[in-house]
Amino acid sequence: MSVIRLKRTYLLLAAALLLIVRVWALDGDVGLHDPSTIVRDGSRFYAYATGGGLPMSVSDDGWTWRRSGGVMQSLPGGRPGADVIARGGNNTWAPDVMKVGDKYFLYYSAPGTQPKSAIGLLVGRTLDPASPDYGWTDAGPVVWSDGVEDSNAIDPGIFRDPRNGSLWLTYGSYFGYIRLVELDPKTGKRLYPQRTPVNVAINSEASIIISRDGWYYLLVTHGSCCAGAASSYSIRMGRARTVTGPYLDRSGVDMLQGGGSLFVGSSGRVVGPGHFGLLDLGEGVQKFSCHFEADLDRGGISVLDIRPLLWHDGWPVAGENVAPGTYRIESVRTGTALELSVEGSPVGGRRGRGGGPRGAGAGGRGGEAGAGRAEAPAPAPIPAQEAAQVSANWPAGAVDARLSPYLLQAQQKWSVTSVANAGGYAGSPYFRISVAGTERSLAATANGELTVLPAFTGSPDQLWRIDQLADGTYRLTPKAVPGGNVTMALSAIGGSSPTLERVDANTDRQRWLLRTP
Amino acid sequence: MTIARLLWSMAVGTACTVGVAAQGVPVVPTIIRPATATKPAGAGGFLQRWLILEPIAVQGQLTDSAVRTTVSREYFSGQLSVLPKNGDTVSVDGKPLQWHAVDTTNYNVNLFHFAAGLKKPTSNVLFWIVSLVRAPQDMPDVRLAIGSNAASVWWFNGEQVISLFNDRQAVIDDGVSKRVLLKKGVNVIRAAIINAGGATDFCARFLDSSARPITGLTIDLAAATDAK
Repeated sequence: MSVIRLKRTYLLLAAALLLIVRVWALDGDVGLHDPSTIVRDGSRFYAYATGGGLPMSVSDDGWTWRRSGGVMQSLPGGRPGADVIARGGNNTWAPDVMKVGDKYFLYYSAPGTQPKSAIGLLVGRTLDPASPDYGWTDAGPVVWSDGVEDSNAIDPGIFRDPRNGSLWLTYGSYFGYIRLVELDPKTGKRLYPQRTPVNVAINSEASIIISRDGWYYLLVTHGSCCAGAASSYSIRMGRARTVTGPYLDRSGVDMLQGGGSLFVGSSGRVVGPGHFGLLDLGEGVQKFSCHFEADLDRGGISVLDIRPLLWHDGWPVAGENVAPGTYRIESVRTGTALELSVEGSPVGGRRGRGGGPRGAGAGGRGGEAGAGRAEAPAPAPIPAQEAAQVSANWPAGAVDARLSPYLLQAQQKWSVTSVANAGGYAGSPYFRISVAGTERSLAATANGELTVLPAFTGSPDQLWRIDQLADGTYRLTPKAVPGGNVTMALSAIGGSSPTLERVDANTDRQRWLLRTP
Repeated sequence: MTIARLLWSMAVGTACTVGVAAQGVPVVPTIIRPATATKPAGAGGFLQRWLILEPIAVQGQLTDSAVRTTVSREYFSGQLSVLPKNGDTVSVDGKPLQWHAVDTTNYNVNLFHFAAGLKKPTSNVLFWIVSLVRAPQDMPDVRLAIGSNAASVWWFNGEQVISLFNDRQAVIDDGVSKRVLLKKGVNVIRAAIINAGGATDFCARFLDSSARPITGLTIDLAAATDAK
């Protein structure tokens, strides 16, 4: 990456992160601890967590969640198999799940008196309890710790290597090492049970590996859990060129020696993130899941959250879901800003170069020089332009949207507001996008174009999904295009011309900046 | 437009007038008389053959409302429907103005070269332009994509499809229409371009449904009969 491009990407990320004033921690029943990676099966999202019977949470859209019983309900006795209990214990904690081929492998922690523990495997064909194919089969223990060795076999994390399809399991907690073993993709059990597990980190738990561009990244959780707002949990990371390590943090410290650069910590109204999970939604959108030990807006309970996953300089970066506010919406491709297609009024009225009325020349090039100028009062500030000041001549009814150089004018400022009870998508509610100070709302039209309607009705063509992409820019997609059945994104097809186009992760036309107006 | 740029543009225009041909067709670096019956769309899909009416003096105001007012006036009969031929004349405010068929050697058409080459004004003027584009088959969901210096209004097969206001440079694909049907046979592009001062030019092409330039088109200014 060139220096210029590096700086550009950094600036985009910085600008994006500075915008955030509030983290939105999902909707519905989101109280859980030690969540698995979130997995989609059909149209639904599933997450599993610590607790009796391995509680399951389900969401139809990734935003609103509900509890839906527990995994162990489908097993004899509603508990781990005898071999698992014998190697570990009767608890059911911190699962992870992945679809491999046509089967789901669900790994769970079954600790006894720690560090004596085991990780058990359940195998199923669907995550949907309503499906006739639903059910889990106990496949026994996969790894375990005997209570003496430098390992605590809890917190499984599964990784499928895209390079060769190999399957790996990391596990462990603060007693000893985070360990790595290879799994058989056909059975989910260890591929080489006679081999000694590879130690990859220490002083960590909740480990999991992801990969990108030839690097393997080990995400772990440092700090302590389970103390509400006093929990010091944070998610840390290192990277390696081979899956077995060594994993070094950004400072070059080996995670086997306690290294781990901060990925995400406490902020806003949530404390103690832990248990990273990758949620790759395709089309260039990656998110991560975690739990926060304490959500201050929910009485300090532990909650699930989903946030954008960004990448910068070869490292993952924790993004933030869009916060409601007033923004200028600027095209990455053209540098022009979305506006209501009306004749703009210069902020402060038409003025000459010197700041005064046209032709006055005061203070500007060609103005009077000398003693008289020195005695002139300091120019007064010009207040920001509000829609109420200039909208009297805006046409009633639907008006086109267009792109123009950003000039701080009222028709160029957009109020982005979350819409209650309208559903959402992974990590965020849908948004209404209106000209600030007005009811005029951006909408999709039946022929895949844009319009600005005089009022917001809440219809799907006026509900907007705003995804932060890997480089920190945003993609804006209407929930529905009337009469259409493909997902379309706001696109700067021309320097002055926005439209909707089929989602394309590779074009700058569909990348936008949400910036302070 | 800065003063420096204006002076530079005037200097260029003066240089261009040196080569004005006896027939009144400008012979300047970028504007030449068509030498073939038809012309395929150029590299990048740019349309490089146009009929241009000699400039009409206007106020040169470029705000949204001023441009709409300027363009809505009828300067000559049938200005939104006529399919002119090279050498046709119209009368505007009692003065004859001539249509010129021109090719451009660039992606864009330099209206400053055109007008200066004819010893016509280049500031506070309105240019009417027309081109006839022959498509080999129906092409749905395409877009007319233009850039103009300065403001402009464009019609495609009789429908107004693009409006650009304010002082601006001719940026490729600045104004892009909504999806239109490029029908098999002849299609008519018409535009009014207003310049206040300094350089003035435009460029135009079609984009396919994936926003890629369409290159398989032919400009046939003699196809007026087909288009009617």
